[in-house]
Amino acid sequence: MENLNLTFKFSKKIKIVLTVLIFIGLAALVYGILNYSPEKIWSALLLNSVNFLTIGLGATFFVAVHAITQSGWHVSIQRIPEAISMYLPIGAIFMIIMLFGLNHVFHWIHEVHHDPIIANKEAFLNVPFFIARLIIYLSVWISLTYMLRKISKDSDVGDGQKSLIKSRTYAAIFMVFFALSIVVFAWDWLMSIEAHWFSTLFGWYVLSGVIVKSFAAIIIVLAILRYLGYMEFITKENIHDLARYLFSFGIFWMYLWFSQFMLIWYANIPEETFYFIKRIDDYRFLFFLNLALNFLIPFLVLVIRKFRRVLWIVTAMAVVVFIGQWVDQYLMIFPGTMKKVPTIGFFDIGLTIGFIGIFLWSVLYSLTKANLLSKNHPYLEESFHYENT
Amino acid sequence: MKEISGYYDKEASLLSAVKSLRDNNIKIKDVFSPYPVHGLDHAMGLRRSWLPRAAFIGGAVGAISGFGFQAWVFTRAYPINIGGKPLMAVPSFIPVTFECAILFAAFAIVLSYLFKSHLGAGADNKIYDERATDDRFVVVLDTADIDNNEAEKIKSKFEDSGAMDVKYQD
Repeated sequence: MENLNLTFKFSKKIKIVLTVLIFIGLAALVYGILNYSPEKIWSALLLNSVNFLTIGLGATFFVAVHAITQSGWHVSIQRIPEAISMYLPIGAIFMIIMLFGLNHVFHWIHEVHHDPIIANKEAFLNVPFFIARLIIYLSVWISLTYMLRKISKDSDVGDGQKSLIKSRTYAAIFMVFFALSIVVFAWDWLMSIEAHWFSTLFGWYVLSGVIVKSFAAIIIVLAILRYLGYMEFITKENIHDLARYLFSFGIFWMYLWFSQFMLIWYANIPEETFYFIKRIDDYRFLFFLNLALNFLIPFLVLVIRKFRRVLWIVTAMAVVVFIGQWVDQYLMIFPGTMKKVPTIGFFDIGLTIGFIGIFLWSVLYSLTKANLLSKNHPYLEESFHYENT
Repeated sequence: MKEISGYYDKEASLLSAVKSLRDNNIKIKDVFSPYPVHGLDHAMGLRRSWLPRAAFIGGAVGAISGFGFQAWVFTRAYPINIGGKPLMAVPSFIPVTFECAILFAAFAIVLSYLFKSHLGAGADNKIYDERATDDRFVVVLDTADIDNNEAEKIKSKFEDSGAMDVKYQD
């Protein structure tokens, strides 16, 4: 590579497309407010807020993992997960907006005084502590993400080796905090929707979903950049490695999903089984679609080595996983908040399209703020030349 | 003489030697190295390993036999009602099926590796240099149908490429 100074230009054309996406989202929101109950609207908002916030968080996870392990293969694509992680503050705003709709989503808030099971959990499940926890996660996540981003940006003008060593400390702190906080975050915002039900595996199951969908997002953003004519330096080996991540964490997700399901199915305790009975009986199609999209289709396609090296096939699988994770999140939220089985229509899909617009705007804007390559990274050359066997 | 072997002490000179020998249309019989050398497969022109396929076949056989065995036991051989579950309780078969797939895949990998590399019990391999397990690289050429003149040429090629030592083997 002769010229390492590559910048991304956020052209007007892309901005127009993204504005259209955001307006579709707004139209869907207005349509929803006019037609649907507040439960449905807040549930859909919760779905998208959590979904995209955790994608940003998973991108920081990607950066942190590779900083700790001092790996070299990812250096040429490193700026993509960094840019995705810059969505976190916007995601945080949506989470704070969600605080105004807690009543419509979490039934434990208004049943705490006449439901003995929930009263037992009051020490943990009460609104002030709930909000305090949210503020703790968000502030630590965002500040560590910003530190990692700043170190990486500084390396463009300074010493890459020193930056790498410095980033390891913050990455290690982030990893420990992330692993613990994402589990509690999952209890708070997803499991407590059905406050009577609990599963000790739930947090890890959500964690695996977070990781797999942020890998999917990285691949999709990479494909968009390639489509726009950037990132020609990406080799087949980079794509192969990203595809392996998608493949292996898809298996990991399935493993945790099945572990949770099988234990509950086998033990057959009514307190636990009602969660799955509701989902299998009332949401049968989505329940099995979830497994097909998140595991079966990506597994059968990406198990073939040739397909893992073709960007469009990998991107197609990333889109499948992205939709699958949306369905997974839908199944975590809607059966708990809605009394009648809702239908997925313009509102649900349009709102997500709007969020995709905001998300991509934030990602592409962050990409313009730094060089497309972290050019002083000591392992940069390795990521151009290494070979997978 | 049947074989000529060249000895190297550096990874880089080994790689360039293998490349230059192949450029001169000399067929390499085998290369011995104490550790996997990056890029050696490519330099030797080896095709991709069949090991993943062996693993897949082993895994598929394991999964099918694990599942089939459980299905047979729980529905035919010894049907027993466990917690009111149906006899053919597929979710409870999955962990064992999975483990059998892993086990058989691992067996397939290990056995096909041992078979292909002539290792394991009863193996009797020619040892070209004991230091090939420590810090030496050995390149072996098959020269069964080559006369002495030609062999001298090959020897000089070896020496040009930086071999520390060249030996004729019978």
